[in-house]
Amino acid sequence: MSNLAEAKEPNPEFTRKVVESGGKTVNLCFQCGTCTGSCPSGRQTAFRIRKVVRRAQLGFEEDVLPSDDLWLCTTCFTCYERCPRGVEIVDIVMALRNMAVKKGYMAEPHRKIAELVSKTGHLVTLREEDKALRAKLGLEPVPPTVLSDAKALEEVKKIAVLCGFDKLIIPGAK
Amino acid sequence: MANKYGFFLGCIMPLRYPGIESSSREVLKSLGVDLVDMKGASCCPAPGVTRSFDQNYWMAVAARNLAIAEKMGVDIVTICNGCFDTLFETAHKLNHDPEARKKVNKILKDATGIEYNGTVNVRHFVELLYRDVGLEAIKSKVKGGKNLKAAVHYGCHFLKPSNVKKIDDAERPHVFDDIVEAAGMTSVMYKDKGMCCGAGGGVRARTPDVALKMTAENLKNMQAAGVEVIVDCCPFCHLQYDVSQPQLKDMPNKIPVLHLSQLLGLAFGMEREKLGLEVHQTKVNL
Repeated sequence: MSNLAEAKEPNPEFTRKVVESGGKTVNLCFQCGTCTGSCPSGRQTAFRIRKVVRRAQLGFEEDVLPSDDLWLCTTCFTCYERCPRGVEIVDIVMALRNMAVKKGYMAEPHRKIAELVSKTGHLVTLREEDKALRAKLGLEPVPPTVLSDAKALEEVKKIAVLCGFDKLIIPGAK
Repeated sequence: MANKYGFFLGCIMPLRYPGIESSSREVLKSLGVDLVDMKGASCCPAPGVTRSFDQNYWMAVAARNLAIAEKMGVDIVTICNGCFDTLFETAHKLNHDPEARKKVNKILKDATGIEYNGTVNVRHFVELLYRDVGLEAIKSKVKGGKNLKAAVHYGCHFLKPSNVKKIDDAERPHVFDDIVEAAGMTSVMYKDKGMCCGAGGGVRARTPDVALKMTAENLKNMQAAGVEVIVDCCPFCHLQYDVSQPQLKDMPNKIPVLHLSQLLGLAFGMEREKLGLEVHQTKVNL
Protein backbone atom coordinates (compact mmCIF):
# COMPACT_ATOMS: atom_id res chain seq x y z
CA MET A 1 0.00 0.00 0.00
CA SER A 2 1.57 3.28 -1.00
CA ASN A 3 1.29 6.26 1.34
CA LEU A 4 0.92 9.89 0.38
CA ALA A 5 4.64 10.54 0.49
CA GLU A 6 5.10 7.95 -2.25
CA ALA A 7 2.12 9.02 -4.34
CA LYS A 8 3.04 9.55 -7.96
CA GLU A 9 2.08 12.48 -10.09
CA PRO A 10 -0.24 11.68 -12.99
CA ASN A 11 1.37 11.94 -16.40
CA PRO A 12 -1.25 13.32 -18.82
CA GLU A 13 1.22 13.08 -21.67
CA PHE A 14 1.18 9.27 -21.52
CA THR A 15 -2.62 9.22 -21.16
CA ARG A 16 -2.84 11.34 -24.30
CA LYS A 17 -0.69 8.81 -26.14
CA VAL A 18 -3.01 5.99 -25.04
CA VAL A 19 -6.00 7.97 -26.35
CA GLU A 20 -4.28 8.59 -29.68
CA SER A 21 -3.24 4.97 -30.05
CA GLY A 22 -6.82 3.71 -29.95
CA GLY A 23 -7.72 3.95 -26.25
CA LYS A 24 -9.93 6.97 -26.86
CA THR A 25 -12.45 6.07 -24.13
CA VAL A 26 -9.90 5.63 -21.34
CA ASN A 27 -10.96 8.78 -19.46
CA LEU A 28 -14.58 7.67 -19.21
CA CYS A 29 -13.73 4.99 -16.65
CA PHE A 30 -15.00 5.68 -13.10
CA GLN A 31 -13.43 2.56 -11.58
CA CYS A 32 -16.61 0.65 -10.72
CA GLY A 33 -14.90 -2.71 -11.24
CA THR A 34 -17.58 -4.34 -13.41
CA CYS A 35 -14.72 -5.27 -15.74
CA THR A 36 -12.71 -7.09 -13.09
CA GLY A 37 -15.87 -8.81 -11.86
CA SER A 38 -16.50 -10.10 -15.39
CA CYS A 39 -12.95 -11.14 -16.21
CA PRO A 40 -12.34 -14.89 -16.75
CA SER A 41 -8.58 -14.42 -16.48
CA GLY A 42 -8.85 -12.44 -13.24
CA ARG A 43 -10.72 -15.39 -11.71
CA GLN A 44 -7.63 -17.52 -12.03
CA THR A 45 -4.90 -14.95 -11.33
CA ALA A 46 -4.18 -11.67 -9.54
CA PHE A 47 -4.77 -9.81 -12.81
CA ARG A 48 -7.14 -6.88 -12.30
CA ILE A 49 -8.12 -5.21 -15.55
CA ARG A 50 -9.61 -2.25 -13.63
CA LYS A 51 -6.14 -1.43 -12.36
CA VAL A 52 -4.66 -1.57 -15.84
CA VAL A 53 -7.23 0.98 -16.99
CA ARG A 54 -6.56 3.16 -13.92
CA ARG A 55 -2.83 3.17 -14.57
CA ALA A 56 -3.43 4.11 -18.18
CA GLN A 57 -5.77 6.88 -17.04
CA LEU A 58 -3.21 8.32 -14.65
CA GLY A 59 -0.39 7.90 -17.12
CA PHE A 60 1.64 5.54 -14.93
CA GLU A 61 3.64 4.33 -17.88
CA GLU A 62 6.31 2.48 -15.91
CA ASP A 63 3.69 0.54 -13.94
CA VAL A 64 1.72 -0.56 -16.94
CA LEU A 65 4.00 -1.15 -19.94
CA PRO A 66 6.51 -3.61 -18.44
CA SER A 67 3.76 -5.41 -16.50
CA ASP A 68 2.87 -9.07 -17.07
CA ASP A 69 -0.74 -8.15 -16.30
CA LEU A 70 -1.06 -6.51 -19.67
CA TRP A 71 -0.69 -9.94 -21.28
CA LEU A 72 -3.19 -11.84 -19.14
CA CYS A 73 -6.19 -10.42 -21.00
CA THR A 74 -7.66 -12.96 -23.44
CA THR A 75 -9.44 -10.11 -25.28
CA CYS A 76 -12.75 -11.89 -24.63
CA PHE A 77 -14.63 -8.55 -24.67
CA THR A 78 -16.84 -9.46 -21.70
CA CYS A 79 -15.76 -6.32 -19.81
CA TYR A 80 -16.12 -4.25 -22.96
CA GLU A 81 -19.71 -5.49 -23.36
CA ARG A 82 -20.65 -4.86 -19.72
CA CYS A 83 -18.91 -1.56 -19.00
CA PRO A 84 -21.61 0.91 -17.86
CA ARG A 85 -19.52 3.79 -19.19
CA GLY A 86 -18.85 2.36 -22.63
CA VAL A 87 -15.11 2.16 -22.07
CA GLU A 88 -13.62 0.20 -24.96
CA ILE A 89 -11.35 -1.73 -22.65
CA VAL A 90 -9.92 -4.19 -25.18
CA ASP A 91 -8.95 -1.26 -27.43
CA ILE A 92 -7.08 0.24 -24.47
CA VAL A 93 -5.30 -3.07 -23.84
CA MET A 94 -4.32 -3.25 -27.50
CA ALA A 95 -3.02 0.33 -27.47
CA LEU A 96 -0.97 -0.40 -24.34
CA ARG A 97 0.38 -3.66 -25.74
CA ASN A 98 1.47 -1.94 -28.95
CA MET A 99 3.26 0.69 -26.86
CA ALA A 100 4.90 -1.98 -24.71
CA VAL A 101 6.13 -3.86 -27.78
CA LYS A 102 7.60 -0.64 -29.20
CA LYS A 103 9.55 -0.30 -25.96
CA GLY A 104 10.90 -3.81 -26.46
CA TYR A 105 8.62 -5.76 -24.15
CA MET A 106 7.72 -8.95 -25.98
CA ALA A 107 7.78 -12.41 -24.42
CA GLU A 108 9.82 -15.03 -26.27
CA PRO A 109 6.83 -17.28 -27.19
CA HIS A 110 5.10 -14.25 -28.69
CA ARG A 111 8.22 -13.21 -30.55
CA LYS A 112 8.49 -16.68 -32.09
CA ILE A 113 4.90 -16.65 -33.34
CA ALA A 114 5.24 -13.11 -34.67
CA GLU A 115 8.38 -14.17 -36.50
CA LEU A 116 6.61 -17.19 -37.98
CA VAL A 117 3.72 -15.05 -39.23
CA SER A 118 5.98 -12.41 -40.74
CA LYS A 119 8.28 -14.92 -42.43
CA THR A 120 5.91 -17.72 -43.48
CA GLY A 121 2.55 -15.93 -43.62
CA HIS A 122 1.04 -18.43 -41.16
CA LEU A 123 1.24 -18.84 -37.40
CA VAL A 124 1.79 -22.59 -37.48
CA THR A 125 3.98 -24.68 -39.77
CA LEU A 126 3.03 -27.16 -42.48
CA ARG A 127 4.39 -30.58 -41.47
CA GLU A 128 4.62 -33.75 -43.56
CA GLU A 129 1.88 -35.34 -41.46
CA ASP A 130 -0.43 -32.41 -42.24
CA LYS A 131 0.12 -32.88 -45.96
CA ALA A 132 -0.60 -36.60 -45.66
CA LEU A 133 -3.81 -36.09 -43.72
CA ARG A 134 -4.97 -33.36 -46.08
CA ALA A 135 -4.43 -35.67 -49.04
CA LYS A 136 -6.32 -38.46 -47.29
CA LEU A 137 -9.25 -36.11 -46.71
CA GLY A 138 -9.34 -35.19 -50.39
CA LEU A 139 -7.81 -31.74 -49.85
CA GLU A 140 -4.81 -30.30 -51.68
CA PRO A 141 -1.79 -31.46 -49.66
CA VAL A 142 -0.45 -27.90 -49.56
CA PRO A 143 -3.24 -25.39 -48.79
CA PRO A 144 -3.90 -22.85 -51.58
CA THR A 145 -2.48 -20.00 -49.51
CA VAL A 146 0.92 -18.28 -49.33
CA LEU A 147 2.20 -21.81 -48.66
CA SER A 148 1.81 -22.64 -52.33
CA ASP A 149 2.51 -19.22 -53.81
CA ALA A 150 6.01 -17.76 -53.44
CA LYS A 151 5.04 -14.39 -54.93
CA ALA A 152 2.17 -14.02 -52.46
CA LEU A 153 4.51 -14.82 -49.59
CA GLU A 154 6.90 -12.10 -50.76
CA GLU A 155 4.04 -9.60 -50.58
CA VAL A 156 3.25 -10.53 -47.00
CA LYS A 157 6.92 -10.31 -46.03
CA LYS A 158 7.15 -6.90 -47.66
CA ILE A 159 4.23 -5.64 -45.58
CA ALA A 160 6.17 -6.59 -42.43
CA VAL A 161 9.16 -4.56 -43.63
CA LEU A 162 7.06 -1.56 -44.70
CA CYS A 163 5.32 -1.49 -41.29
CA GLY A 164 8.56 -1.95 -39.39
CA PHE A 165 7.14 -5.17 -37.93
CA ASP A 166 10.36 -7.06 -38.71
CA LYS A 167 12.24 -4.64 -36.41
CA LEU A 168 9.83 -5.24 -33.52
CA ILE A 169 10.55 -8.95 -33.39
CA ILE A 170 14.31 -8.98 -33.22
CA PRO A 171 15.49 -11.62 -30.71
CA GLY A 172 16.72 -10.50 -27.33
CA ALA A 173 13.99 -7.95 -26.68
CA LYS A 174 12.92 -7.53 -23.05
CA MET B 1 -28.74 -14.27 -51.57
CA ALA B 2 -25.23 -14.29 -52.86
CA ASN B 3 -24.17 -17.88 -52.51
CA LYS B 4 -20.60 -17.83 -53.71
CA TYR B 5 -17.94 -16.98 -51.16
CA GLY B 6 -14.19 -16.76 -50.91
CA PHE B 7 -13.32 -19.46 -48.38
CA PHE B 8 -10.80 -18.01 -45.96
CA LEU B 9 -8.71 -20.85 -44.54
CA GLY B 10 -6.56 -19.18 -41.89
CA CYS B 11 -3.95 -21.34 -40.12
CA ILE B 12 -5.21 -23.75 -37.44
CA MET B 13 -7.90 -25.32 -39.61
CA PRO B 14 -5.87 -26.23 -42.71
CA LEU B 15 -2.69 -27.07 -40.79
CA ARG B 16 -3.85 -28.72 -37.55
CA TYR B 17 -7.47 -29.79 -38.06
CA PRO B 18 -7.91 -30.29 -41.80
CA GLY B 19 -11.01 -32.37 -40.98
CA ILE B 20 -12.73 -29.08 -40.17
CA GLU B 21 -11.83 -27.92 -43.68
CA SER B 22 -13.10 -31.03 -45.45
CA SER B 23 -16.30 -30.97 -43.35
CA SER B 24 -16.88 -27.27 -43.99
CA ARG B 25 -16.40 -27.67 -47.71
CA GLU B 26 -18.79 -30.61 -47.94
CA VAL B 27 -21.44 -29.30 -45.54
CA LEU B 28 -21.61 -25.86 -47.15
CA LYS B 29 -21.72 -27.39 -50.63
CA SER B 30 -24.63 -29.63 -49.65
CA LEU B 31 -26.46 -26.52 -48.37
CA GLY B 32 -26.00 -24.71 -51.68
CA VAL B 33 -23.14 -22.42 -50.64
CA ASP B 34 -20.35 -22.34 -53.23
CA LEU B 35 -16.84 -21.86 -51.92
CA VAL B 36 -13.96 -20.59 -54.00
CA ASP B 37 -10.36 -20.66 -52.82
CA MET B 38 -8.63 -17.38 -52.05
CA LYS B 39 -5.30 -18.19 -53.66
CA GLY B 40 -2.32 -16.59 -51.97
CA ALA B 41 -4.20 -15.62 -48.78
CA SER B 42 -2.21 -15.66 -45.53
CA CYS B 43 -2.86 -15.72 -41.80
CA CYS B 44 -5.74 -13.28 -41.15
CA PRO B 45 -3.46 -12.23 -39.14
CA ALA B 46 -4.40 -13.45 -35.66
CA PRO B 47 -5.72 -10.73 -33.37
CA GLY B 48 -4.04 -11.94 -30.16
CA VAL B 49 -0.55 -12.38 -31.54
CA THR B 50 -0.36 -9.65 -34.18
CA ARG B 51 -2.91 -6.94 -33.34
CA SER B 52 -1.44 -6.97 -29.83
CA PHE B 53 2.00 -6.20 -31.24
CA ASP B 54 1.35 -3.74 -34.05
CA GLN B 55 -2.12 -2.68 -35.16
CA ASN B 56 -0.85 -1.11 -38.40
CA TYR B 57 0.79 -4.36 -39.52
CA TRP B 58 -2.28 -6.33 -38.42
CA MET B 59 -4.61 -4.18 -40.49
CA ALA B 60 -2.33 -4.08 -43.56
CA VAL B 61 -2.05 -7.88 -43.77
CA ALA B 62 -5.80 -8.19 -43.21
CA ALA B 63 -6.44 -5.62 -45.95
CA ARG B 64 -4.34 -7.69 -48.34
CA ASN B 65 -6.60 -10.68 -47.64
CA LEU B 66 -9.69 -8.54 -48.20
CA ALA B 67 -8.19 -7.24 -51.46
CA ILE B 68 -7.77 -10.82 -52.73
CA ALA B 69 -11.51 -11.44 -52.28
CA GLU B 70 -12.34 -8.05 -53.79
CA LYS B 71 -10.36 -8.85 -56.91
CA MET B 72 -12.25 -12.13 -57.20
CA GLY B 73 -15.56 -10.28 -56.78
CA VAL B 74 -16.70 -12.29 -53.77
CA ASP B 75 -17.47 -11.80 -50.09
CA ILE B 76 -15.54 -13.86 -47.55
CA VAL B 77 -16.71 -16.69 -45.32
CA THR B 78 -14.65 -18.02 -42.42
CA ILE B 79 -15.22 -20.81 -39.92
CA CYS B 80 -12.86 -19.27 -37.33
CA ASN B 81 -13.65 -16.63 -34.71
CA GLY B 82 -10.13 -15.19 -34.81
CA CYS B 83 -10.10 -14.82 -38.59
CA PHE B 84 -13.63 -13.44 -38.40
CA ASP B 85 -12.60 -10.84 -35.84
CA THR B 86 -9.59 -9.63 -37.78
CA LEU B 87 -11.23 -9.58 -41.19
CA PHE B 88 -14.60 -8.25 -40.01
CA GLU B 89 -13.07 -5.47 -37.89
CA THR B 90 -10.71 -4.49 -40.69
CA ALA B 91 -13.47 -4.44 -43.31
CA HIS B 92 -15.71 -2.52 -40.90
CA LYS B 93 -13.00 0.11 -40.51
CA LEU B 94 -11.78 0.29 -44.09
CA ASN B 95 -15.20 0.05 -45.78
CA HIS B 96 -16.42 3.10 -43.85
CA ASP B 97 -13.33 5.21 -43.28
CA PRO B 98 -11.69 6.54 -46.49
CA GLU B 99 -8.81 8.10 -44.54
CA ALA B 100 -7.89 4.78 -42.90
CA ARG B 101 -8.20 3.07 -46.28
CA LYS B 102 -5.88 5.60 -47.87
CA LYS B 103 -3.29 4.99 -45.18
CA VAL B 104 -3.42 1.19 -45.52
CA ASN B 105 -3.48 1.35 -49.32
CA LYS B 106 -0.16 3.19 -49.37
CA ILE B 107 1.45 0.11 -47.82
CA LEU B 108 -0.67 -2.35 -49.78
CA LYS B 109 0.09 -0.76 -53.14
CA ASP B 110 3.78 -0.76 -52.42
CA ALA B 111 3.81 -4.39 -51.26
CA THR B 112 1.34 -5.96 -53.68
CA GLY B 113 0.57 -3.52 -56.49
CA ILE B 114 -3.16 -3.62 -55.66
CA GLU B 115 -5.37 -1.55 -53.40
CA TYR B 116 -8.43 -2.36 -51.33
CA ASN B 117 -11.52 -0.38 -52.36
CA GLY B 118 -13.74 -1.21 -49.40
CA THR B 119 -16.34 -3.49 -51.01
CA VAL B 120 -15.94 -6.85 -49.26
CA ASN B 121 -18.30 -8.21 -46.58
CA VAL B 122 -16.98 -10.76 -44.11
CA ARG B 123 -19.25 -13.56 -42.94
CA HIS B 124 -18.92 -16.10 -40.14
CA PHE B 125 -20.32 -19.43 -41.27
CA VAL B 126 -22.57 -19.82 -38.19
CA GLU B 127 -24.18 -16.49 -38.94
CA LEU B 128 -24.33 -17.34 -42.67
CA LEU B 129 -26.05 -20.64 -41.88
CA TYR B 130 -28.53 -18.96 -39.57
CA ARG B 131 -29.37 -15.91 -41.67
CA ASP B 132 -28.99 -17.07 -45.27
CA VAL B 133 -29.27 -20.86 -45.36
CA GLY B 134 -31.87 -21.14 -42.61
CA LEU B 135 -32.74 -23.73 -39.99
CA GLU B 136 -35.30 -25.52 -42.19
CA ALA B 137 -32.71 -26.19 -44.90
CA ILE B 138 -30.37 -27.61 -42.26
CA LYS B 139 -33.13 -29.81 -40.79
CA SER B 140 -33.95 -31.15 -44.24
CA LYS B 141 -30.39 -32.49 -44.61
CA VAL B 142 -30.27 -34.34 -41.29
CA LYS B 143 -30.14 -38.09 -41.85
CA GLY B 144 -30.92 -39.09 -38.27
CA GLY B 145 -28.25 -40.25 -35.90
CA LYS B 146 -27.93 -39.75 -32.20
CA ASN B 147 -29.49 -36.90 -30.26
CA LEU B 148 -26.52 -35.79 -28.16
CA LYS B 149 -26.47 -33.41 -25.23
CA ALA B 150 -24.24 -30.63 -26.54
CA ALA B 151 -22.31 -27.86 -24.82
CA VAL B 152 -22.35 -25.08 -27.37
CA HIS B 153 -19.27 -22.87 -27.07
CA TYR B 154 -19.66 -19.58 -28.93
CA GLY B 155 -16.17 -18.33 -28.18
CA CYS B 156 -15.54 -14.61 -27.94
CA HIS B 157 -14.96 -13.04 -31.31
CA PHE B 158 -17.93 -14.45 -33.18
CA LEU B 159 -20.39 -12.15 -31.42
CA LYS B 160 -18.22 -9.62 -29.60
CA PRO B 161 -17.80 -6.70 -29.71
CA SER B 162 -21.55 -6.82 -30.36
CA ASN B 163 -21.82 -3.13 -31.22
CA VAL B 164 -19.70 -3.87 -34.31
CA LYS B 165 -20.65 -7.48 -35.10
CA LYS B 166 -24.43 -6.98 -34.64
CA ILE B 167 -25.24 -10.70 -34.91
CA ASP B 168 -26.88 -11.71 -31.65
CA ASP B 169 -27.16 -10.76 -27.99
CA ALA B 170 -23.67 -11.26 -26.55
CA GLU B 171 -24.98 -12.31 -23.11
CA ARG B 172 -27.87 -14.55 -24.17
CA PRO B 173 -27.21 -15.63 -27.72
CA HIS B 174 -29.23 -18.30 -29.51
CA VAL B 175 -28.19 -18.53 -33.18
CA PHE B 176 -25.54 -21.22 -32.69
CA ASP B 177 -27.72 -23.25 -30.28
CA ASP B 178 -30.56 -23.13 -32.81
CA ILE B 179 -28.33 -24.62 -35.52
CA VAL B 180 -27.10 -27.38 -33.20
CA GLU B 181 -30.70 -28.20 -32.32
CA ALA B 182 -31.71 -28.13 -36.00
CA ALA B 183 -29.03 -30.79 -36.48
CA GLY B 184 -30.94 -33.01 -34.06
CA MET B 185 -28.92 -32.33 -30.90
CA THR B 186 -30.00 -30.88 -27.57
CA SER B 187 -28.14 -27.74 -26.54
CA VAL B 188 -27.67 -27.89 -22.79
CA MET B 189 -27.36 -24.81 -20.55
CA TYR B 190 -24.28 -24.86 -18.33
CA LYS B 191 -22.76 -22.53 -15.78
CA ASP B 192 -20.90 -19.55 -17.24
CA LYS B 193 -21.75 -20.55 -20.77
CA GLY B 194 -20.22 -17.82 -22.88
CA MET B 195 -16.97 -17.70 -20.96
CA CYS B 196 -13.74 -17.56 -22.95
CA CYS B 197 -12.00 -20.90 -23.61
CA GLY B 198 -8.85 -19.32 -22.16
CA ALA B 199 -6.64 -19.41 -25.24
CA GLY B 200 -7.23 -15.97 -26.77
CA GLY B 201 -5.30 -12.73 -26.71
CA GLY B 202 -1.94 -14.48 -26.79
CA VAL B 203 -2.58 -16.01 -23.34
CA ARG B 204 -2.20 -19.61 -24.53
CA ALA B 205 1.18 -18.82 -26.11
CA ARG B 206 2.59 -16.74 -23.24
CA THR B 207 1.00 -18.29 -20.12
CA PRO B 208 -0.41 -21.71 -21.08
CA ASP B 209 -0.99 -22.56 -17.39
CA VAL B 210 -3.40 -19.64 -17.02
CA ALA B 211 -5.18 -20.59 -20.25
CA LEU B 212 -5.52 -24.15 -19.00
CA LYS B 213 -7.12 -23.03 -15.72
CA MET B 214 -9.84 -21.19 -17.63
CA THR B 215 -10.38 -24.18 -19.91
CA ALA B 216 -10.58 -26.53 -16.92
CA GLU B 217 -13.24 -24.35 -15.30
CA ASN B 218 -15.33 -24.42 -18.46
CA LEU B 219 -14.93 -28.18 -18.79
CA LYS B 220 -15.99 -28.68 -15.17
CA ASN B 221 -19.12 -26.63 -15.78
CA MET B 222 -19.91 -28.54 -18.98
CA GLN B 223 -19.41 -31.87 -17.27
CA ALA B 224 -21.65 -30.86 -14.36
CA ALA B 225 -24.42 -30.29 -16.91
CA GLY B 226 -23.96 -33.83 -18.24
CA VAL B 227 -22.96 -32.94 -21.78
CA GLU B 228 -21.78 -35.57 -24.27
CA VAL B 229 -20.08 -33.32 -26.80
CA ILE B 230 -18.59 -29.83 -27.00
CA VAL B 231 -19.46 -27.96 -30.17
CA ASP B 232 -17.33 -24.97 -31.13
CA CYS B 233 -17.23 -22.59 -34.08
CA CYS B 234 -13.55 -21.69 -33.93
CA PRO B 235 -10.50 -23.91 -34.58
CA PHE B 236 -8.54 -22.14 -31.84
CA CYS B 237 -11.18 -22.78 -29.14
CA HIS B 238 -11.40 -26.28 -30.67
CA LEU B 239 -7.67 -26.82 -30.22
CA GLN B 240 -7.75 -25.48 -26.68
CA TYR B 241 -10.54 -27.85 -25.58
CA ASP B 242 -9.13 -30.77 -27.53
CA VAL B 243 -5.48 -30.67 -26.44
CA SER B 244 -6.15 -29.53 -22.88
CA GLN B 245 -8.26 -32.48 -21.78
CA PRO B 246 -5.47 -35.10 -21.89
CA GLN B 247 -3.47 -32.76 -19.60
CA LEU B 248 -6.19 -32.66 -16.96
CA LYS B 249 -5.50 -35.58 -14.66
CA ASP B 250 -8.51 -34.88 -12.43
CA MET B 251 -10.87 -35.22 -15.36
CA PRO B 252 -11.07 -38.96 -16.00
CA ASN B 253 -14.04 -38.78 -18.35
CA LYS B 254 -13.26 -36.68 -21.38
CA ILE B 255 -15.76 -34.82 -23.55
CA PRO B 256 -15.28 -35.13 -27.32
CA VAL B 257 -14.85 -31.82 -29.15
CA LEU B 258 -16.40 -31.14 -32.54
CA HIS B 259 -16.33 -28.06 -34.69
CA LEU B 260 -19.86 -27.27 -35.92
CA SER B 261 -18.83 -28.28 -39.45
CA GLN B 262 -17.90 -31.75 -38.17
CA LEU B 263 -21.11 -32.05 -36.15
CA LEU B 264 -23.15 -31.14 -39.23
CA GLY B 265 -21.06 -33.57 -41.27
CA LEU B 266 -22.01 -36.35 -38.87
CA ALA B 267 -25.67 -35.32 -38.83
CA PHE B 268 -25.79 -35.10 -42.64
CA GLY B 269 -24.38 -38.62 -42.93
CA MET B 270 -21.00 -37.58 -44.30
CA GLU B 271 -18.40 -40.35 -44.37
CA ARG B 272 -16.77 -40.46 -40.97
CA GLU B 273 -13.31 -40.77 -42.56
CA LYS B 274 -13.80 -37.32 -44.12
CA LEU B 275 -14.16 -35.63 -40.74
CA GLY B 276 -10.48 -35.98 -39.81
CA LEU B 277 -11.28 -37.05 -36.25
CA GLU B 278 -8.13 -39.14 -35.84
CA VAL B 279 -6.01 -36.06 -35.09
CA HIS B 280 -8.20 -35.09 -32.16
CA GLN B 281 -6.25 -35.65 -28.94
CA THR B 282 -9.48 -36.11 -27.00
CA LYS B 283 -10.90 -39.24 -28.55
CA VAL B 284 -14.17 -38.81 -30.45
CA ASN B 285 -16.20 -41.93 -29.69
CA LEU B 286 -19.59 -40.74 -30.87
